[in-house]
Order: sequence, then structure tokens, then C-alpha cells
Amino acid sequence: MTRIEFWQGNTACAEGALAAGCNFFGGYPITPSTEVAEHMAAKMPKKGGVFIQMEDEIAGIASIIGAAWTGARSMTATSGPGFSLMMENIGFAVMTETPCVVVNVQRGGPSTGQPTMGAQGDMMQVRFGSHGDIAIIALCPANVQEMYELTAKAFNLADQYRVPVFLMADEIVGHMREKIIIPDSMPRTPRKELVKGTLPFKADADLIPGFPQFGKGYGVHVTGLTHDERGYPAATNPHLHEALVRRLVDKIESARHAIADFDIINPDAEQVFIAYGAPVRTVQQVMHDRPDKNIGFLRIRTVWPFPEYALAEFKHVKRFLMPELNLGQMAREVERHVRVPVVSIQKLGGELHTPAELVAALEAQR
Amino acid sequence: MSYEDWYRQDRLPHIFCAGCGNGTIINCTLAAIEQMGWKKDDTVFVSGIGCSSRASGYIVTDSLHTTHGRAIAFATGVKMANKDLNVVVFTGDGDLAAIGGNHFIHACRRNIDLTVVCMNNQIYGMTGGQGSPTTPRGCLSTTTPTGCVETPFDLCELAIAAGANYVSRWTSYHVKELEKAVKAGLETPGFSFIEALVQCPTAFGRRNKFRQVADHVEYLRSHSLLRAKRDRLIEAGEPVPEDMFVVGELARRKRPALGVKP
Amino acid sequence: MRNEVRFSGFGGQGIILSAVILGRAAVMYDNKFAVQTQVYGPEARGGASMSQVIIDDEQILFPKVAMPGIFVIMSQEGFEKYGANAPKDAVMLVDSTLVHSRPSCKYLEIPGTREAKQTLGKDIVANIVMLGALVASTHVVSEAALEKAILDSVPKGTEALNIKAMKLGIDLGKGSKQHEVT
Repeated sequence: MTRIEFWQGNTACAEGALAAGCNFFGGYPITPSTEVAEHMAAKMPKKGGVFIQMEDEIAGIASIIGAAWTGARSMTATSGPGFSLMMENIGFAVMTETPCVVVNVQRGGPSTGQPTMGAQGDMMQVRFGSHGDIAIIALCPANVQEMYELTAKAFNLADQYRVPVFLMADEIVGHMREKIIIPDSMPRTPRKELVKGTLPFKADADLIPGFPQFGKGYGVHVTGLTHDERGYPAATNPHLHEALVRRLVDKIESARHAIADFDIINPDAEQVFIAYGAPVRTVQQVMHDRPDKNIGFLRIRTVWPFPEYALAEFKHVKRFLMPELNLGQMAREVERHVRVPVVSIQKLGGELHTPAELVAALEAQR
Repeated sequence: MSYEDWYRQDRLPHIFCAGCGNGTIINCTLAAIEQMGWKKDDTVFVSGIGCSSRASGYIVTDSLHTTHGRAIAFATGVKMANKDLNVVVFTGDGDLAAIGGNHFIHACRRNIDLTVVCMNNQIYGMTGGQGSPTTPRGCLSTTTPTGCVETPFDLCELAIAAGANYVSRWTSYHVKELEKAVKAGLETPGFSFIEALVQCPTAFGRRNKFRQVADHVEYLRSHSLLRAKRDRLIEAGEPVPEDMFVVGELARRKRPALGVKP
Repeated sequence: MRNEVRFSGFGGQGIILSAVILGRAAVMYDNKFAVQTQVYGPEARGGASMSQVIIDDEQILFPKVAMPGIFVIMSQEGFEKYGANAPKDAVMLVDSTLVHSRPSCKYLEIPGTREAKQTLGKDIVANIVMLGALVASTHVVSEAALEKAILDSVPKGTEALNIKAMKLGIDLGKGSKQHEVT
């Protein structure tokens, strides 16, 4: 039986993780994500899992990567400053193809910025923040229901693609309480096991190698150095390095259609909103208040890999309008893919765009 | 069975320089593990970055060669997620005490059931010989060209103060003692720390008047002060020579530990 | 029908809990939709605390309160910061024990803190008294839903006290004269 709850977004995130079978949480307290850790500390031991508060965020993500190699579904949660500290080990997780989930309840930056106010300022950092060429998956919830469902989904994507998956929430969605319908169960994608006798980092046709779990007799060496299919360091081989990095990026980018999660409303519209995360709510309000087939909406849940092909669904679009709680980070990504103007509706400070502000943008320069 | 069975034969030869002390320490560690009767499938080696941290890649078990300074944090995740695994960390003085210093003291505080073997060559070897947190005062390195003016860490005192259950220090000269110390560390529930001073002929020795590898090993031998002897000097009110370092078992206790196999 | 309610007082009065209880009553027991948000400052105690709830029969899209129609104000600082500019058509419940100012909208004087202390011996339940008065005077949720939500939310062993506080509030809300301001 499904059931109804009145939950805070961060609670829903923790519960979604537990429903997905998350059995290891390692993290460090930081506003506005702490409720995720607190909920895990209370609930995880009862479910037979492990909660550990580490000494900093670097250790937090290190611990979940270590746990992942023992087969755990592992997660950490943080916000801007902690997320910055995690960058190096995010790259390690990408390079070693470690499935894990990182929740970033975004707050206003740069630096300590606005600890208790929402923002979407880390959207480019999550994609490009770790050094070298990487590809990751990032999901953006717009309500408490999605805090639950997308967190659970993140574990499936992590296991399927062997990549760190990011829940790029924000303080607004993380701290609001609202109605949520808890599903009976969440579907679970198993991690593909390595066939014994095959090389541990030799990818299958899907560009993803089987997972050699620690303690199962694989005797696998896992290194952040450029490595061959045996997992052995080969850091001065140019061809091997290029092939490895290209595969790590291609396994995500080539699966963009399978990973993508978005809604298209009014595809024949000339004016089209694009939104992800909390600003989705304001666009929804505007669309509700002004039923107009000429106003379209691309509502994106999987921000990375960016589903650029969805933009082409709007055949008559004259311009895109993009409200973001940053200075136009994803608008720049959209601009790369379209020939019509992209109006970046930027807002900093922690408050959501009001419906009136979006209406004004709709009516301006028409 | 011998400790040699624990090596990945297809990865040899290794990258360590001729005369490097690291191989000695790895041999002693594997010999101790062999004596414990641990199974390869249940044993995981975790390391960070640096010469010493390459050790994990030469061993046939599952191993995790991580980021600089973070080996203990990764190992904490491995151990807490599966307490049935035996987890050993290889690290060096820069990895452990500079960039990884915070993880080190917190692992001691938690007293998590890991055994950490630190190959202390008192220098950053892999990056070409820069000064480290254990470079002695006056020693030359590429970043202390006129002699190190900072005071080094005593890693063992740090581990003891932070709460580790087992702490000992030996050198690459003391192979039998070191093997016993590692074994004692493996046997002790909680955090075990074994510091092994090693010669680094390439980055340390040749800049610091150890023309031959044997000169440096001899220095390590002759400047080792047994703990028992140190204690007798103190008891007798006699001065402890300042140019010597204490070797032996420095702590063995039963503080509450984390992550111990049930 | 969308109702927007703002609670304000000082940290430690249970301002945020009041809003959570109200939202919970609407969602869990009145089959409505609700969104509860709050302003976080660095103060855990003292300062001006503020929390808001939107209650609607339909799904709530825009989750932020623009200008509430209903105010529950439990401290003078809270009034000055979050109540003084209430619109003319709003209704405000002021804890008349602690708030000296009066708004330029309709208001009810509810001596929540005094009554909690004198009648129940515990001023800690003043927020529940105010909740009872709120529901009695505005019917944003049903009294039955409020009672259940309170029972869900208060510490074990304090249920009877809190239900007494709620009922006291309901009586105060029903008996209170609404002040019209011209």
C-alpha cells in the first residue's frame, strides 16, 4: 500500500535512499544538507547499514567510495563548500568507475555565502569541477516527491553506469515540507558482476565493465592512475590514456537518451521555458495561471548528461526562457545547441523567481 | 606458502629505486600477514599517493590505490562496510602526516580496526625529494636547500596521543622486529600504527651525506634507541640522546575500537 | 482555495513546529495539499523566527508565500519584522501577552502565553494554544485534523497537556472578538 507523508525534502531524500537499499552513509555536517545525515544516523543502523560521520567532506566521499567497492550502495550529502572539497575524489570515482551517490543541497555561494538560502550555483561545478575530462550523471528534483524518487533512481543509475551520480537539489526543495506519496517499493537495477576470468577493466559492448566486488576473490587492483584493462597503472601510455578517458566519457554521453528524464509541454509553442529544480515550480504556476498553447515548457530532471535533443522537439520555438538560481549556467549549455535566442532569467540571493517575474520576462521583448 | 606468494608476479619488476627500503617493509608486512593465516580473498590493501603507496599494486589481493593523503578515509569505508575484511593501509610520511594528517588522527581517535604501515623516508620521494613533515631539522631537500628549519612530527607520539591501540616504530634494518611488530598490530583490535624508518638513497641519502645505501641503514641502526633503554635512562635521570629516535613497542592498549569483526 | 499562513515569534517558542503541525493536519488528515517553509537564521534561540504554510485543495505549484492572508504573531520582534506590513484584508492572531503593537488589519487578541502559563502551568504550549485559536477562528484545517497532527508531533508523555492547550486555544479563538480596524 502506498502511503502519504508530510515530509521535508531532505527527509524524503534520506528515505528514498533507504528505499533504494542504501546501506552506507559517510558524511560531514553542513547546512542545508544536515537533515539528510541526521535522518540516516537515526534510521540506517535499524536497517543493518552503516552511518559514519567523517572528519571532513573529503573523507566523507572517500569512505563511500571505499564502501562501494565492498558492494555497498553508498551515499554522502553535502552543500557548496563541502562539494568543493569533494572534487578530487569525485574524479577518482569516475576514473575507477565506482558507483556512488552524492547529494548536493545547493546554497548560495561563492565561499560560505548563504548557508540557509537556496541556489543552483554548482551546476557547472558538478559537470566540470574535477580535473581532467569527466562525465557524470546529475539529477535535479523540483519537489519533495522527486527528492525521494530521484534519490532512489540515482542509485540505479550509479550501479548501471558505474559512475558517481549527483542529486543536485537546492535549499528550497531540501527544506520545504510537502505532501509525498510513498510508493510500495522502488525498482532496483543490479550492479553487473564481473565474469570471473575476464579482465576487470575490460568494458563490454555497453562500454561498462562488470564490477569486481572486494572480498569475492577477484584480486582486483583499483587505481586512480591511468590503467590498462587489468587495472594496472600505465600512466605514460598516450593511446591507452586517450582510449580510457574517451570510454569513461562515452559510456555516459552515448547513453544520454536512456538516462534522460524530462517532460515536454506544448511542443508547438513559440515561447518555451526550460527549468530544472526549484524554478520548475514557478514555471508550473505561470503555465497554470495562463493556459496558453503558445507557451511551452521543457522540464528537465536529468541535467547531466544534458538532453540536448529534447530542444529540437520544439519545432516552432522563437525563443527559450530559462529561469535559474544562478547567473545563467545551464542557459549557456542550451545556447550551444540552439539557433534561437535563449533568455537567461537569473536570480541570486536565495529566493525563488516569482510568477510575476517570469510573466514579465514572457512579455518583455516579445 | 611464503610471503612471496602474495606478490603479483606479472607486475614485477617494481618501480622502486635500487637500494630503496620500501621493499623490505612490504616483505615484513606480508610475512606477518602470512603468519596470521589470513586468506587473500579476505584481505584488502589500501594506499594513497607516493612511493610507499605503490605497494598495494604489487599484491595479489583486492587493493585500492587512492588519492593523496586519503587512504585511511577510503579504508574506513571499506572496513566499516564489511567488517569481515582485513584491511591494511600502506602509506608514507608525506601522505600520512601532511596532506592526510587529519584523517590519521581521526582514525586513531575512532580506533578503527585498521593496520597502518608507514614507510617514513623523511622526504617526498616520488616528486623528487621535497621536505616532508618528518624531515629532520637541518636536513637538505629540494625545498629546504639550506637545511630544514622546521621541527618534524613524531608520528608515533601523534598516534598515541590521538588514541591508537597499538603503536610501534622500527627501521628497515630491524626486519625481524618489524615483522613481529606488524603481526602484533594485525592481532590488536582497533587502530594499529607501525612506523618503519626507511632509507631513500635517491631523494634523501645522496643529499644528506649517505653516499652508500649501507651508510644510511647503518645510521638507522646506530641511532635507534630501544624503548626499554630509553625508559631506563629516564628512570636513572640520565639524558636521552637528542640525535636518536626511539624504537620498539610504544603502545598496546584496549581502548574501545570501531569496526572490529563481530 | 489557497490559504497562506505565516507564524512568527522568537526562537524556542515552537514557531516552526506550529507550521509543521498545521501543514501535517491539512495533508494527513484533511486530504489537502500543503507546503511549509521557514526562514533559517543562525540563532537557535531568540531572534525572530518565521515559518509559513500554504494550504490548498489543489496541488501547490509555486511553493513560496507572497503575502499571507493569515498571521499568527507571538513576539514583538516577530511582529515588527514579519507582521507590521500585513495587508488590510489579512487576519492576524496576536499573542497579546507578548505583542504590544496591533496591526492595520483585522486581528484577534489571544493571550496564548498567559493562558498557557496560568491555566496549564506550562508556557511552552503557548504555540499550541495559538494553533487552536487559529483553527477555531479561520477553519484552515478541521479541529479533528489538528488534534491528530498535534498528537503525531509532540513528545511522548505530553499528549494530554497539548490537547488541553489546543482546546483552550479553540475556546479562546471562538470567544475572542475580532477587532476591525478602519
